[in-house]
Amino acid sequence: MTSVLVKDVSLNFGTVEVLKKMNLEVQQGEFIVLLGPSGCGKSTLLNCIAGLLDVSAGQIFINGKNVTWEEPKDRGIGMVFQSYALYPQMTVEGNLSFGLKNARLPRDEIAKRIARAAEILQIQPLLQRKPAALSGGQRQRVAIGRALVRDVDVFLFDEPLSNLDAKLRAELRVEIKRLHNQLANTMIYVTHDQIEAMTLADRIAVMRGGVIQQFASPKEIYNRPVNLFVAGFIGSPGMNFLDGEIADGSFATDGVRIPLSRYETAAPPASGTKVTFGIRPEHVALNSGADWPFSARVKVDVVEPMGSDSLVWTKLGRHNLAVRVPTERMPSTGDMVEIGFDPMRASLFDAAEGLRL
Amino acid sequence: MADVRAAAVGQADPVVAGLVEPSGPRPRRALSRRNIVIYGTLLLFSVYYLMPLYVMIVTSLKGMPEIRFGNVFAPPVEITFEPWVKAWSTACTGLNCDGLSRGFWNSVRITVPSVIISILIASVNGYALANWRFKGANIFFTILIVGAFIPYQVMIYPIVIILREMGVYGTLTGLVIVHTIFGMPINTLLFRNYFASVPEELFKAARVDGAGFWAIYFRIMLPMSLPIFVVSMIIQVTGIWNDFLFGVVYTRPETYPMTVQLNNIVNSVQGVKEYNVNMAATLLTGLVPLVIYFISGKLFVRGIAAGAVKG
Amino acid sequence: MATDASRRPNSLFRNLNAKIASIPMIFTALVVFVGGTIWTVVYSFTNSRLLPRLNFVGLDQYERLWTTPRWIASIQNLLIYGTLSLIFSLLIGFLLAALLDQKIRFENTFRTIILYPFALSFIVTGLVWQWLLNPDFGVQHFVRSLGWETFTFNPLYDQSIVIYGILIAGLWQGTGLVMCLMLAGLRGIDEDIWKAARVDGIPMWKTYLFIVIPMMRPVFVTTLVIIASGIVRIYDLVVAQTSGGPGFASEVPAKYVYDYMFSAQNLGQGFAASTMMLLTVMIVVVPWAYLEFGGRNKRG
Repeated sequence: MTSVLVKDVSLNFGTVEVLKKMNLEVQQGEFIVLLGPSGCGKSTLLNCIAGLLDVSAGQIFINGKNVTWEEPKDRGIGMVFQSYALYPQMTVEGNLSFGLKNARLPRDEIAKRIARAAEILQIQPLLQRKPAALSGGQRQRVAIGRALVRDVDVFLFDEPLSNLDAKLRAELRVEIKRLHNQLANTMIYVTHDQIEAMTLADRIAVMRGGVIQQFASPKEIYNRPVNLFVAGFIGSPGMNFLDGEIADGSFATDGVRIPLSRYETAAPPASGTKVTFGIRPEHVALNSGADWPFSARVKVDVVEPMGSDSLVWTKLGRHNLAVRVPTERMPSTGDMVEIGFDPMRASLFDAAEGLRL
Repeated sequence: MADVRAAAVGQADPVVAGLVEPSGPRPRRALSRRNIVIYGTLLLFSVYYLMPLYVMIVTSLKGMPEIRFGNVFAPPVEITFEPWVKAWSTACTGLNCDGLSRGFWNSVRITVPSVIISILIASVNGYALANWRFKGANIFFTILIVGAFIPYQVMIYPIVIILREMGVYGTLTGLVIVHTIFGMPINTLLFRNYFASVPEELFKAARVDGAGFWAIYFRIMLPMSLPIFVVSMIIQVTGIWNDFLFGVVYTRPETYPMTVQLNNIVNSVQGVKEYNVNMAATLLTGLVPLVIYFISGKLFVRGIAAGAVKG
Repeated sequence: MATDASRRPNSLFRNLNAKIASIPMIFTALVVFVGGTIWTVVYSFTNSRLLPRLNFVGLDQYERLWTTPRWIASIQNLLIYGTLSLIFSLLIGFLLAALLDQKIRFENTFRTIILYPFALSFIVTGLVWQWLLNPDFGVQHFVRSLGWETFTFNPLYDQSIVIYGILIAGLWQGTGLVMCLMLAGLRGIDEDIWKAARVDGIPMWKTYLFIVIPMMRPVFVTTLVIIASGIVRIYDLVVAQTSGGPGFASEVPAKYVYDYMFSAQNLGQGFAASTMMLLTVMIVVVPWAYLEFGGRNKRG
């Protein structure tokens, strides 16, 4: 069943088009991440769904009801903000109950909901404290609690973890995932952090310039990016890109020829087409001894140990090429090494449009 | 907004109901109750704030007979600039009848050096406080800031004595010193906060490069603090131009600044009251700060937000 | 680097240039502010008349001060004017700031209109309102000429309400500043707080009352201190608008001080009165300064 439906939504601030005829369909219980660089419109889209921003055109449905003109409180959503937005002079309990009291809910119902939220989020000992006396992680939990007590079907998260340090972020990430498993609500989550997106999402919408570039599962987005932007944005360290052209069913650049016979494509591109060939560092093997469809002997320029893995920088023709290897197999600078990969794992984009071939 | 939606729901005809299916921005009426309240209140207050300016201008352009028989709010039937000329060049204070022009030039001669000296000193103070924290500097700064709240009346007489000892009591030099002293707290605070916000690395890099106190001040800090100089200048020019108390205490009638002279012209008990000349004189005195205000716009706001301490 | 042997400079000469540059500041702080204040307080216990003389008479000047009807009237006026001015400027200032904060059109125009009187001097303010409140030509005359013959609004010539006439002028000049400070405070409030309140379905007035205003407490306190210390000093406005009259119905302490020091040639009285003013300001400022700067660790 469709939980949230964004239909042809556009948003203009003056002459600036922030969202361009956006369409998004979210199923009941799905965890959707809106991912993109800053200024791509992801937070704007979330604010439109919440009703905090008026759309310029289009419609928004939540649970089958057209809520385009509804106030945020009537849309059946709860929202968690980046800056937590806790009411500073109220206790945690006051923060959780303020909206409910205002909606004139019976007292025992309010108490019940707060107790439940406090239990789920394990903030019972904090209920009488004020936000100033809480740590960042605790504040974030209270902010989630405020959405939780509203007893709604759709949760909206606006970069909820970006004010926290890396360790806490990883912890709360797991907790949010656990929360989703437990509640099975629809969640729409905005972030610019691709790790958060990959780990949390059922589906990711990668956005850029007010347009959704690709809306698919994390696996699909990682393995089969639809265009150069998505390919470059997802993955860390980033994908290697080689510019060249098609020659007799192979990719050719600076005397390097990579056979494309194993590359899955609907229509093989014609010879002479200018293309960009992309391969992730983790998909290139180093000194594996195996028989790869493509292999070459190259010299190691720089090595970057990153803990468990290391990044080995070499050159393929004039292009820099990064290879990711386990640190124990890290070569030294200046070594000649054998690299190899299977073009099946690569991505091929036409150079003019940047679209996947 | 609510009734629009209610009407849609109430429609029996599904086709019509379908037509008003919510889409795009929420329907808003320009004359919603909310807008009427907001703009109505603001307009009402605008009348309160603008009325005196309007009346000043209108009165100053009327002849006396028209003032006597008309009402203050009526625009002038016959525009005359006579009151302005008279206010500027022949209005009398006591026995002197050479108009406000003398006060104007006195004010200029007071304001220009006061502004320059007070800003220079305050900026050096702020720089020393922000970047060269020497022992005890903060104590002096705290005294300075607390001093900004001490009523001037407490310090007026001791300053009279100091100026008299220096031999500058009653001169423009004396008044310039007084303005420099009383402009110091707010402007020092302003500059200190500004210089403190300059990345410290810049200052450290200059020191590593061997620049000293004055070299860093003139070569690095000054060039990058133009905006704060402008803000400080706005505070000082308007503050000094508008001063009355120091003018009346520390100068003699022939060196009275414009505000003091204006008050003497308008509130003099001799002769027939010429309201049009009075209002022209008042406008003339208010003109300098008004012009600064309208030109500087946002910077003025920044100045008072930062310099509200002056009170 | 190692060429120059490490000579340890005398601590007095460390930062020497900074110290030299700070001499005007040190002079102002120590001699004028501290020295001048102490001087005035000390001489308030003497019977100085035309010239300051160190002839101590104990609290005589203060006893005389508090039995002088003109001083009592000044203090009463200051209390009435001060209380009303505080209440109204905070109320009006906040109201206007809140209205301007509604993402309205012409925000800059309205702000310019509200703030411009603040650029004008109290002398100009006083004289304009003297003219507007002139019973024969101003507002009263205008309303009567519209047909309401018995309309009476004549504060500047009516002892019992003259202070309200000054209040109207004072508010006209000063509310723009309060509006500006309040607007800055409102703009400093996290946008997400408003969004959260909207998602929670809190009505606008409740959001202001229970969330935003409590969050703006520091702004209110600072504004309060600024207005209050300005009120104690009120002088030029009264001089220009009423000269303290009619009678001494609009006298204020600052004017009392000036008149006794420079016209009545009774320095001792002037010193005692100005010391009382100092005391009033200290009652307001010291607790605030302590809370603001003293309690917590010093910043910078």
